[in-house]
Amino acid sequence: MEAALDVLSWIFIVTGLAFCLIGGYGLLKMRDMFARLHAASLIDTLGVGFVFIGLMFQVGFTLVLAKLVIVLLLIFFTGPTATFALARAAINHNSLPAVDDADKKLAAETKSTDRSQGGIG
Amino acid sequence: MMFTVAAVGVVVTMAMALARALIGPSVYSRILAVNVFGTLAVMLIAIYGFIDDRPEFLDLSIVYALINFIGTIAVTKYVTYADMGHGDDGDPAGDI
Repeated sequence: MEAALDVLSWIFIVTGLAFCLIGGYGLLKMRDMFARLHAASLIDTLGVGFVFIGLMFQVGFTLVLAKLVIVLLLIFFTGPTATFALARAAINHNSLPAVDDADKKLAAETKSTDRSQGGIG
Repeated sequence: MMFTVAAVGVVVTMAMALARALIGPSVYSRILAVNVFGTLAVMLIAIYGFIDDRPEFLDLSIVYALINFIGTIAVTKYVTYADMGHGDDGDPAGDI
């Protein structure tokens, strides 16, 4: 039983750490702020979620488990909220997402097909 | 052993977030990086509690998570308006 829980803990913690490291690498490598938001959300949700679930297997049904659940829920709700507020503030003030030629072409095509079909655009 | 590995991984990710906060370039990138750094600090505090076998550290985690969220929102609002008391100008979506 103990060993099985340890194995489960290892699996969850290593998965969470992998998400954290991928998110951190993306935070360094992505080219603009909105792309970096994606990488940061990865840490806020999957990284923290997996690591905390891994920790939960080590404590059993105690008060510590309740505290872990509280921290996890807190980060689960505040992380996306902060990300949203940040993205909205950045959009409202000067910085729009960077687009390259392929993106512009795609946007133009989408718009023209919407118009021809009488879509809402 | 398990918790040490977790702590090392979190510290490495914290270094990456700190590097992004230092090189910027835009102020919103820096706020984002500091927000991630705070989230990882919450994780590190919780994991340290397990390493040291003192789960009371989770209380500090809760407080740090709350302060991290409020701090991110406050800094975003201050940078955007240069004023903490700015209203929402009738925008139903709020002030930020």
